[in-house]
Amino acid sequence: MSKAYKLSSFLIFFLLFPILAKAEVILADLSTHKIEIDTNFTGTEVVLFGATDGVGDVVVAVRGPMSQATVRKKEKRAGIWMNVDHVTYKNVPKFYWVACSNRDKGCAPKAVKSRHQIGANNLRFKPVSLEPLEPQKDITYRKALLRNKKREGVYPEDIGKISFLGEKLFRTKLNFPANIPTGIYTVEVFQIRDDLLVGAQTIPLIARKVGFEAAIYNFAHNNSIAYGAVAVIIALIAGWMASVLFKKG
Amino acid sequence: MQIYLPIAELSVNIFLLLGLGGIVGFLSGLFGVGGGFLMTPLLFFIGIPPTVAVASEANQIVASSVSGVLAHWRKSGVDFKMGVVLLVGGLLGSTMGVWLFTFLKGLGQIDLVISLCYVIFLGIIGLLMLMESVKASIREKRQGKVRKKLHKHLWVHDLPFKMRFRRSKLYISALVPLSVGFFVGVLAAIMGVGGGFIMVPAMIYLIGMPTSVVVGTSLFQIIFVTANVTFLQAVNNQTVDIVLALLLLLGGVIGAQFGTRMSTKLKGEHFRSLLAIMVLTVCVKLLYDLFSTPIDIYSISLGVTH
Repeated sequence: MSKAYKLSSFLIFFLLFPILAKAEVILADLSTHKIEIDTNFTGTEVVLFGATDGVGDVVVAVRGPMSQATVRKKEKRAGIWMNVDHVTYKNVPKFYWVACSNRDKGCAPKAVKSRHQIGANNLRFKPVSLEPLEPQKDITYRKALLRNKKREGVYPEDIGKISFLGEKLFRTKLNFPANIPTGIYTVEVFQIRDDLLVGAQTIPLIARKVGFEAAIYNFAHNNSIAYGAVAVIIALIAGWMASVLFKKG
Repeated sequence: MQIYLPIAELSVNIFLLLGLGGIVGFLSGLFGVGGGFLMTPLLFFIGIPPTVAVASEANQIVASSVSGVLAHWRKSGVDFKMGVVLLVGGLLGSTMGVWLFTFLKGLGQIDLVISLCYVIFLGIIGLLMLMESVKASIREKRQGKVRKKLHKHLWVHDLPFKMRFRRSKLYISALVPLSVGFFVGVLAAIMGVGGGFIMVPAMIYLIGMPTSVVVGTSLFQIIFVTANVTFLQAVNNQTVDIVLALLLLLGGVIGAQFGTRMSTKLKGEHFRSLLAIMVLTVCVKLLYDLFSTPIDIYSISLGVTH
């Protein structure tokens, strides 16, 4: 490592230090960083707790793993409802939920929410297709996407409550329903003061299948030829066993 | 008690699945049908994704057909030669069907095609059965029995590649069972059924096989066709849920035993019309869903499309 490099990194650190120090007005963590989905999984609760420097509101946004989502439109053709058109969006979180300390005031000013994509309505999904989409059509499909996600229960509509214990400590419960998608989640914690974002932190959270479920799922996806063969063999044996068992009975 | 299905990726009550298996198994024992054509729509109704329902049900039918065919084999009710010819058609057809399934899934039209197939075939079979049983009960009242010919000889039987099927007492073109097998194979893959409910009438009316070997032979070839569907669905779409299939099977095996015992005690004709009514009920429900306005005309699915 050259001297110049050492020096410059030293300088950068010192220049940035006040900003870094200032950004640490908020600090939070989760009661667990792993959600384990097993046979008996019916949803779970994760506790988020943290501290601020005492002034301002706190907003927490839980964002599931990103995927593409296709929105399809049905129309009546010859009396039958069938899919006629679709738009595919990318960067669509599979799960999204918000909690905040001032629910009555709508969590945060509009500009802040829009800029930092806080709240399901502020998420910026991009169409996959390179051809430009009519703005009106884009709005309609985007709304339909949110509506469907809410109906599926993966974008819960009720905003969670963050409660303060004293001036600086806060906590909230993150509720995850039984049908949560697996993958890497990010929990973003924002501190907002005087209509400005003054602090932010991102905490990772992993939801994964464990034990028997995980084994079967991984087998089916990673080694699908063997899985198909095993499925057939199990069925053949089960059928033969049933026949033998009940012949005597 | 809830159980999380690893491939369907949802949590379902275990007793609901065992119960469904039991009821459908009971009916299939009672009426001598596979039951897939009732089970698959029932799985749609309880919220299993259609793609998973179709593939897992095929897996379950492999097992139920094995136990069925063993019972018929003991009574020598299987025409193996005919079975193999039907099977060749069936394997080609089901391979084509799984390919078609994957293609339609990409287009976003698979749910519609599955529903349409069900409506059309349940409708036709249900009406035919109802008419048959009504006719039979009228005939019974009149008491006039007419002696039937061994089988109706249709023009298609004279096509080239004639083959002799001893157990079925037939000398007909192999193209007939081959194309019947192919057609039913395609449907089996798309609809998640063994296809017995289409195969059996086709064997009686189109091929002209004696009823004593129809069910056994149909089950024999269904084993291989559904095994092929299960394997290809697992490889192409990863939609076979072994846990779901085994739970349905467990209920189904027990239900079928009660059904079979019940069927020996009760009169066939009345039950056939009951079955016809049940088939038509499922058909009407699916038809209604096609025409009624959906909750939301927009729907979403994850992942890539073409």
